Amino acid sequence: MSKKLILFFKGVVDIIPLSIPVIPFGIILGTIGVELGFGPLETFATSFVIFGGASQLVFVQLFSGGASLLITITSTFVVNSRHLLYGASFSEHLKNLSIRWKILLSYLITDQSYAVSNIYFEKNKNDKLKYYYLLGSGFFLWFIWQIATLIGIFLGSIVPDKLGLVFAMPLTFIALLVNYLRKINHLIIILISGCLSILLFNAPLKSYIILSSLISLSLAFLIILKKKKEVEK
Amino acid sequence: MIWFGIVISGILNFFLKFLPLSFFDVSKINPKIKQLLTFVPSAVFPAIIFPGIFLDNDGNFDLENNPRILSSIIALIVAILSKNILSTIFAGLAVYWLIIFV
Repeated sequence: MSKKLILFFKGVVDIIPLSIPVIPFGIILGTIGVELGFGPLETFATSFVIFGGASQLVFVQLFSGGASLLITITSTFVVNSRHLLYGASFSEHLKNLSIRWKILLSYLITDQSYAVSNIYFEKNKNDKLKYYYLLGSGFFLWFIWQIATLIGIFLGSIVPDKLGLVFAMPLTFIALLVNYLRKINHLIIILISGCLSILLFNAPLKSYIILSSLISLSLAFLIILKKKKEVEK
Repeated sequence: MIWFGIVISGILNFFLKFLPLSFFDVSKINPKIKQLLTFVPSAVFPAIIFPGIFLDNDGNFDLENNPRILSSIIALIVAILSKNILSTIFAGLAVYWLIIFV
């Protein structure tokens, strides 16, 4: 087996544990998309084109709730803004690649493929072929996500509405936040953002997600600045 | 309209990764901004969670006889103990179905 193939499969094997929780998440996304009134093709397109689980859920929820296009797109953008860091931290490792490779690998970067590849890249800084590892891990997760979405779309069209599966959405996000609950600064921001979203829920154009997020992020920035000053003292 | 939204969101998400990958140097990003980006989930996700639990279908605050509150508390406990997405969702839905169907 060529070295490229070995690296590709190493990426695949390493991301398998991280891709298991992605399966129910993708199924839920597909189901909820259909339950909220999206067509099967449109629901699938969010996975294929946007390809970012949490942001897709925000997208389908806001759009089906009657939010304007601008609000939907901006809110989705805020959810995905964390990806900025992933791209930036890989820039040094991938700087010699052609633009075509950069386009492909950028598309395949997710929370999960970033997590495993970052570890691998740090350990194998001088390996010129290390990007095949990102290709393998990124591709595998992408593949699992597409399949899970398709299963969800199928289930969504047969599961009765009264089961209330839309409730799986807040539950999913609770699970995604659990690692932050123990950090006091994060907990403060979580509670503030949650209360704001209730208070602002009837704000025009379904802008409650973007408004609560931006206000809480500004408060988070104040916390960061204050902490910095305390450290300097 | 919806297709336009999907495509624009897809392009934006792609450029959020592609532009820094091609042109940024991570060591030059202000550490405060870096830290701020780690707050994105904590600032965004609750705005999806809270209305999904505390508001009814018409957007009114619903505290009495709301099966989603107890279900979410159980889900939260399971999330903290198991750190597993699947068991969290399953626990929350199981309690929810138990309350509304039994």
